[in-house]
Amino acid sequence: MVSVDVEVDAKGMYCPMPIVKLKKTTKTMKKGQILKLVATDPGSKRDVPAWANKTGAEILETSEGDGVFTFLIKV
Amino acid sequence: MSEKKRKMAFVVHSGSLDKLYPVFILASTGGAMDAEVHLFFTFWGMDAIKKGGLEKAKLPGIMSLGTGMMKGKIKNVGVPTLRGLLEMCRDTENVNIYACSTTMEIMGISEDELIPEVDEIVGAATFLDIAMDADVQMFI
Repeated sequence: MVSVDVEVDAKGMYCPMPIVKLKKTTKTMKKGQILKLVATDPGSKRDVPAWANKTGAEILETSEGDGVFTFLIKV
Repeated sequence: MSEKKRKMAFVVHSGSLDKLYPVFILASTGGAMDAEVHLFFTFWGMDAIKKGGLEKAKLPGIMSLGTGMMKGKIKNVGVPTLRGLLEMCRDTENVNIYACSTTMEIMGISEDELIPEVDEIVGAATFLDIAMDADVQMFI
């Protein structure tokens, strides 16, 4: 079980807010720490991995249920 | 982290609300994706970087009558105002804003009429120098 260092709740937010909030939070974190992001924007399913692809963050786990997308991200 | 910083170069030619939203959404997201973003405001785009201009931006033509309604719908989904998005762009520390020197002369706009977020007043060669090495170029 991965221990989460910081949790970001982006439920109810739409593009570009989840990504902007995600980046703002990771800036305050140390490399290797784990962030949990919860979002409801259907765009975030593709957007969060796309963001990680360009920033070097690693998506450890993704899950989806009841319209909620959850990502575990190693920054 | 990717080896080299990606670059985005946009010409912002339009000052209407429906065009400025994509500009600032892409710029704030690009900044959040660690890209270096360069926004060159020219012609009607200059209205957006004049003091109070972002607040005054309207939908184009006859649709301008529906600007208030559109702003309301944008607010309802929790997307910030253009001013709010500009601040998010600046927070990423990756977004640069330029004003076109020729447009300023044509339209009689002085430097102190521009918002303080404008980094530099430049010409076409500066834009092209950046755009030729950019990964994404757009004219909006």
